[in-house]
Amino acid sequence: MARMKFLCDADRCIECNACVTACKNEHEVPWGINRRRVVTINDGKPGERSISMACMHCTDAPCAAVCPVNCFYTTADAVVLHSKDLCIGCGYCFYACPFGAPQYPKVGNFGSRGKMDKCTYCAGGPEADGSKEEYEKYGANRLAEGKLPLCAEMCSTKSLLAGDGEIIAQIYKERVTKRGYGSGAWGWKTAYRESIES
Amino acid sequence: MASFGRFVRLAFGAWALLLLVMAAPAPLGAQQVNPTASSVKEQQLLQELNRIQGRVSIPDQRSGMLEQPQGREWREFRNVTLRWIGGIAILGMLAVLVIFYLSRGMVKLESGRSGRTIVRFNAFERFVHWMTATCFIILAISGLNITFGRPLLLPLIGFEAFSEWSQWAKYAHNYLSFPFTLGVVLIFLMWIAGNIPNKVDIEWAKRGGGLFGHDHPPANRFNGGQKMIYWIVVIGGGLVAATGYALMFPFYGTGIEGMQMAQIVHSIVAVLFVAAMMAHIYIGTIGMEGAFEAMGSGEVDVNWAREHHSLWLAQKTGEQGSSPSQSGHAAAPAE
Repeated sequence: MARMKFLCDADRCIECNACVTACKNEHEVPWGINRRRVVTINDGKPGERSISMACMHCTDAPCAAVCPVNCFYTTADAVVLHSKDLCIGCGYCFYACPFGAPQYPKVGNFGSRGKMDKCTYCAGGPEADGSKEEYEKYGANRLAEGKLPLCAEMCSTKSLLAGDGEIIAQIYKERVTKRGYGSGAWGWKTAYRESIES
Repeated sequence: MASFGRFVRLAFGAWALLLLVMAAPAPLGAQQVNPTASSVKEQQLLQELNRIQGRVSIPDQRSGMLEQPQGREWREFRNVTLRWIGGIAILGMLAVLVIFYLSRGMVKLESGRSGRTIVRFNAFERFVHWMTATCFIILAISGLNITFGRPLLLPLIGFEAFSEWSQWAKYAHNYLSFPFTLGVVLIFLMWIAGNIPNKVDIEWAKRGGGLFGHDHPPANRFNGGQKMIYWIVVIGGGLVAATGYALMFPFYGTGIEGMQMAQIVHSIVAVLFVAAMMAHIYIGTIGMEGAFEAMGSGEVDVNWAREHHSLWLAQKTGEQGSSPSQSGHAAAPAE
């Protein structure tokens, strides 16, 4: 089985935020929730770079480790998913996540935390693939249809790559070799304990 | 004139082109320079601040935090360190209490019951105590569930039942925090007068609080141990309340690091608090004859008051022979 990963080539990202918009539309994400966002570092200064970031589907995921009700599971494609039926909205995954991926709709006590929502790698949830319940809770399940996450699929500069980790790492390495530079695979060291030399 | 203008423009353009062609070899050589030489590097940023912060164009400005790997240390604390601290504190206290009970047994009323009682806690004091105590027990169980439920309870009752229970436990934990906090504030205000440490407590502590043997060191309304419990409730309760509200209202004044710190303080204070309250519950129930009545009916036997709170009884009744100098004998059985 493939080991699915995201890789954002920051030297290509033009901060168009199309990935953010595509994600919101594809999954009908509730208002105020951003499963993906584009962060610009050193904005307006020399060396500025933008990185599109969402859940990185970490190896040995911290969210899954700290969850008090053990609602996370990892699919055969190494995608980290969770069950909204089990989630109690405690916020612990958010404290542990290095990428700020977990989001909470403001429907819980005192308008603070409802059941957690995060990037599913377009792989839905524990319900039957492509079912109405799955779509309502987690959004589209493109992976079950043989498609990759929409954010990466429609990235205009092909900055955001999704797919098997080895393949997208190879694509990135070839780019770096050809153009002679690369600012690295952002988040890989934190998420997968490995980095791509550039 | 128009043609002259065109001539000038052409000449200018030609010059510019010539300059550009002549200048061309220079940029060609410069292309060996790494265009990302000044670009931000992930590892460098992480080494500098251990987190990467940027700007986002979406309304949620907090999502500008790109990476904060210190969540790992928090994970280690939550999954390993806290379980050790909590396990040792709570099981250790339980072991101490069991050993103490088996070796010492219940602290008996040595002079027997006099049949006469004296009011120790009025209805309002008892109401505040039990409101706080009830909230505390529910908060403690629902809180311990967050830390110890997954390894201990989940395997026994399964995912659905455990999640359902934890969801209600979370609601209870959130809502009962309000009466609990109110209780802590009222306890602080209504008993502060009797809980300022003084030299009677030093004498009390030197004699081990009368826990061993048949000693009854003199004490005012609250003895040294009760004053400790009082300050544990006031300071511990204040800390868990403050940190708890920081966690309950995310991002009101705290960022993610603030919430990690709040959770660390909240959980450590809470497990120590639970351990301390176990001792309090023990001595107030099976640990000492006649003690529960103080919070039960609110009235204690006069002999109980003489043995355990001689100075307080003397003050209440004007009874003689309980001054600190001879108080060592004040508790002797009245025969």
